[in-house]
Amino acid sequence: MITLDNVSKTYGSGPGAVQALKDIDLQVPKGTIHGVIGLSGAGKSTLIRCVNLLERPSAGRVLIDGEDLTAMDAAALRQARHQCGMIFQHFNLLTNRTVYDNVALPLELMGQSRQTIRERVLPLLEMTGLADKTKQYPAQLSGGQKQRVAIARALASRPKVLLCDEATSALDPQTTASILTLLQEINRQLGLTILLITHEMEVVKTICHRVGLISDGRLVEDADVGDFFTAPGTQLGREFLNDFLKLEAPQALIERLEPEPSETTHPVVRLTFSGDSVSTPLISRLAREHGIDVSILQAKVESIQGRTLGLMIAELMGSASQTRQALTTLESFDLQVEVMGHVQRTD
Amino acid sequence: MSSALIDLVWQSTLETLYMVAVAGILSALAGVPLGVLLYVTRPRQILAQPAVNTILGIVTNVGRSVPFIILLVAIIPFTRMIVGSSIGTNAAAVPLTIAAIPFVARLVEGALNEVSPGLVEAAQSMGATPMQIIMKVLLPEARGGIINGLTITIVALVSYSAMAGAVGGGGLGDLGIRYGYNRFNPTVMLITVVVLVVMVQLFQSLGDYLVRKSDHK
Repeated sequence: MITLDNVSKTYGSGPGAVQALKDIDLQVPKGTIHGVIGLSGAGKSTLIRCVNLLERPSAGRVLIDGEDLTAMDAAALRQARHQCGMIFQHFNLLTNRTVYDNVALPLELMGQSRQTIRERVLPLLEMTGLADKTKQYPAQLSGGQKQRVAIARALASRPKVLLCDEATSALDPQTTASILTLLQEINRQLGLTILLITHEMEVVKTICHRVGLISDGRLVEDADVGDFFTAPGTQLGREFLNDFLKLEAPQALIERLEPEPSETTHPVVRLTFSGDSVSTPLISRLAREHGIDVSILQAKVESIQGRTLGLMIAELMGSASQTRQALTTLESFDLQVEVMGHVQRTD
Repeated sequence: MSSALIDLVWQSTLETLYMVAVAGILSALAGVPLGVLLYVTRPRQILAQPAVNTILGIVTNVGRSVPFIILLVAIIPFTRMIVGSSIGTNAAAVPLTIAAIPFVARLVEGALNEVSPGLVEAAQSMGATPMQIIMKVLLPEARGGIINGLTITIVALVSYSAMAGAVGGGGLGDLGIRYGYNRFNPTVMLITVVVLVVMVQLFQSLGDYLVRKSDHK
């Protein structure tokens, strides 16, 4: 379990000081995968590096399994770091060590015997699918294989926590998927707590249980992944989601949108369905009960952590009173309705 | 070429090799740790000691600025203290070593600077001590660069050792000056230069081979 208690980080001092993190409170319960997403420069990297004190927070406490890392002396901190594996965007493997010796490194640092090292390293290489690569050097491996070595290395000291610093950002989509699958297996098999930072919603969607959104050094959202993808609580969250789902209204439509309705306009709505509401035969009911036509401009269905998420942009075509009633009906369903604007009728 | 001359060239070659070997080994033993210190005491490094770093940097620069021919005579009292004499091959090896130490140190520092900071960070995240980072990360990862630096040092020592004649150190350079230049014997001059060229080529090839063999970048 990881706890960040009111963590702040300031670089420099005086008027030129830059506050990279502001009063971050974050809890990652044991055995969960927690993602932190944000734009570049938002403070993601600083956040994860504060967890194992690669960056020392300017204020606040960092606790792993109840032990306060910020209160430890150098020797105790080194011990605590054995409990906390880390993988990196650029893998950070030692180029002059073989795959086997790279994975053995943390155990060598702990002073383990050659025998113990062997007994730990070989199963890890087996698990990460590298059993036939033990004698190769990192330069001979692909990016995905390098990250597998890094994962095996991070697990060698049998940590309770795994920190992933943009671990898939340098990989192609297929390799990313295989690395995420591996992380998920590790999480399930070893009960490992994983904190990962990323700028890719795909990563969050695929493996995270919870997600935090960081903006300008502040944690502005912290929610279950299902909730975040169905109802983000901030504008930035909605932008991330829209960007991920690529459900933007066509540019031509946006240019025609008017903020206020009139007798000669139709409303354009963005509907977000989740859970049971996805299966409701909504469009045909609107047509039947209110006598309106529904023109679907964009639609998409995603499956996120077992929950189905549907998005749709539609124009409700009917008289002003019909569409008003239709909107009321829509709002009575278990879905989110956002009136994006109004367009002039063309009929 | 008379057999006396062949003997002379052979003798001088051995003297050069001896001076280069002694100075090369001793300067590596002192220069590598000094180079490591220069690197790890830099600001924001694993053993950041800005004051120590500045002092070491100045000392190293002073060592590198003194022209070798001046160093050779300037440290004669020190040389006499170490080897008991201020003339001869051993006496020449002392200033050669002293001159090469800061040279090695700067090259080692440069080689360490090429190691990705991410590797040091990864080792820190595994709970490595500064000493472990030096021994298991920095030095092994910089191995190719360090061997390259030592090769450059050896070649420079071959060249510097030509001045050893000034303190009666002998060697090929001395032979070239005394027999080739002072006695107007261009053959001797040519032979010494050819032997030196071959020697440098061999050292460089050996160094390149070791770099290739030890580096898996």
